Amino acid sequence: MSTSLAVIADALPYLLQGSLFTGAIVVSAMLVGLLVGILAAVGMVYGNPVTRFLVGAYVWFFRGVPVLVLLFLFYFGLFAFLGLNFSAFTSVTIVLGLTTGAYQANIFKGAILSLPAGQFKAASALGMSNGQAIRSIVLPQILRISIPAWSNEYSIILKDSALAFVIGAPEIMARTQFVASRTYQHLALYIAAGVIYFLLTWGGVLILDKLHKYVRIPGYSHQGMNK
Amino acid sequence: MTTRQPLLKVAALRKTFDNNPILKGVSFELHKGGIIVLIGPSGGGKSTLLQCINCLTIPDGGEIEFDRQRLDIHSRPALYQHRQDVGMIFQEFNLFDHLSARDNITIALRKIKKLPRREADERARLELEQVGLADKAELYPAQLSGGQKQRVAIARALAMDPKVLLLDEPTSALDPELIGEVINVIKELAAKGMTMIMATHQISLIATLADHILFMEDGRIAEQGSPAELLGAGCASKTQGFCDRLNQLSGE
Amino acid sequence: MELSPFYQELFESLNRGLLMSVALIIPSALGGILIGIFAGCLRAFGNGLVRTLGNTYAAIFRGTPLVVQLFILYFGLPNLGLYLSPYAAAVTGFILCSGAYQSEYIRGALLSIKRGQYHGAQALGFTTLQTIFWIIIPQAIRRAIHGCGNEIIYLIKYSSLAYIVTCLELTGEGKTIATEYFRFTEVFTIIGLYYLALVSCAVLILKKIEQRLYIPGFGHK
Repeated sequence: MSTSLAVIADALPYLLQGSLFTGAIVVSAMLVGLLVGILAAVGMVYGNPVTRFLVGAYVWFFRGVPVLVLLFLFYFGLFAFLGLNFSAFTSVTIVLGLTTGAYQANIFKGAILSLPAGQFKAASALGMSNGQAIRSIVLPQILRISIPAWSNEYSIILKDSALAFVIGAPEIMARTQFVASRTYQHLALYIAAGVIYFLLTWGGVLILDKLHKYVRIPGYSHQGMNK
Repeated sequence: MTTRQPLLKVAALRKTFDNNPILKGVSFELHKGGIIVLIGPSGGGKSTLLQCINCLTIPDGGEIEFDRQRLDIHSRPALYQHRQDVGMIFQEFNLFDHLSARDNITIALRKIKKLPRREADERARLELEQVGLADKAELYPAQLSGGQKQRVAIARALAMDPKVLLLDEPTSALDPELIGEVINVIKELAAKGMTMIMATHQISLIATLADHILFMEDGRIAEQGSPAELLGAGCASKTQGFCDRLNQLSGE
Repeated sequence: MELSPFYQELFESLNRGLLMSVALIIPSALGGILIGIFAGCLRAFGNGLVRTLGNTYAAIFRGTPLVVQLFILYFGLPNLGLYLSPYAAAVTGFILCSGAYQSEYIRGALLSIKRGQYHGAQALGFTTLQTIFWIIIPQAIRRAIHGCGNEIIYLIKYSSLAYIVTCLELTGEGKTIATEYFRFTEVFTIIGLYYLALVSCAVLILKKIEQRLYIPGFGHK
């Protein structure tokens, strides 16, 4: 017992450094996903049939294939095949970003469709251009309604990032495994890793929840948006 | 009249929620075919009284005598039987959301009274016809208007052949234009001699249906009597004052 | 048409892996649902202590990565002298994790049933058991089915993690061949298609079940 605690105490700074790496993966993947998700959602709602088909295929593929398989496919397969020498960090960010993008596409699609058509018309009636209307009327609304679903995505991507060790990214799991293989304190160390993830998951969810309350506008709800 | 045994006798009924006494000893009698109307301000205990009568809320004290038998509120089988004999209509209808209008009526017949499906369906058809909804049997609650839901709820209660019907503000949750259809059904029931206790704010029901009015306030019966006694010309009763205010509000 | 030896070997391995994947998914899905129903009921209706226990279970398994849970079961428990086979470790992890998510949907479904439904049943003289059986369960199933079905779809995908605890299923079998022949793109694309087929089947079945159970007022969204 005491040796376990000593090992954890020794390894903790090393593991916490890994959580910085994990955090970096999650934040960049979420941003990639946000961008891809919004573009894909706009494509699904407003695009022509070809665009809609392509976006549909993208969403179908990334929602149907396990993250683990995607990591292998992209890191060992496609990127090498295309001669791209991406680091583990870049590869994980792209794979997780595209995965969450496929889910975020549906979140934003739902949000766009839930906006009353009158909003866009009212903006045009005031003389706003389409771009202005999207930036100052549509986006502020859909981002607000999307926060709860986004918090859900955050917790999924954070947990998926624990798979990045299979392609050698030095995040929490990789480091835990490294220490465990040297100290044979597997149980204690993986529980420690679990605790770190637990705090990151619920901490992040709590912050997003606070954000949701902070930007809340009376009369605005996400009924039916959250699972 | 007093020589007849009452169908329902309630004595010194008490109920407290979280140190907050809601019923502070309520007693009354109801004879077969009689109609009691409960009125009074919200929070006065009308709803709790109705729920205590069929033990949806178990009273803390007092006695309920139904059909000459004292109800043992600690015996579950007795409670289940009692509730079958006492029909209840809720303000919010409480239809079973997953069942069609017909099955809302047949489910208790089939599962409690063990009627075969065919008989239960036939009974449901008759009851729906009575409330003017014969053509809505296949529809689900989500597809019915508030007035239609309440009529199905009434049909559902009647299918159990209750000896008395409790109605807890049956028209309060309805849009004004749908109140009439429910009132008509209730009036027909009264005409057929149904024994009822009804809490309502509907002036037209109070005056025309009641043969006894209980004015409840602060967990007690503050006033009672026939409509003639309480609502007659020049009466200075609480009931009269309350009805006047209702009239002003509804602009009748 | 004759397949090249590479493809012959690949499909042989993948089909073997597919069987193993199915052997992982089915008991895990069933076990997850059972645990989910149990924990969901406790979380919805239990008293203070029981509810806290249920909530803690769900928070722990929903708050940590499945791969950490699997590592604890497979690599961690031997520290306590407890050895699980790769298959047992994988199925145990899947059931516990899936059950936590399922309990979330079951709890939500149970809590979404309005008080009036109980009152309506009571007022007609239903016993508690009759109410649960004829009113609560039919409604809860319809409210939970979409979420629970999605959770099973997640489970299909996350069954690939069994490979990490050396249980050779679809991903593991494929990885072996890919490494041997050094043909990653093709192999993992084909594995991806296998999973897409599994997931698409599940989606189709789920949709059929949802349609069959559909009642106005109970639709998803």
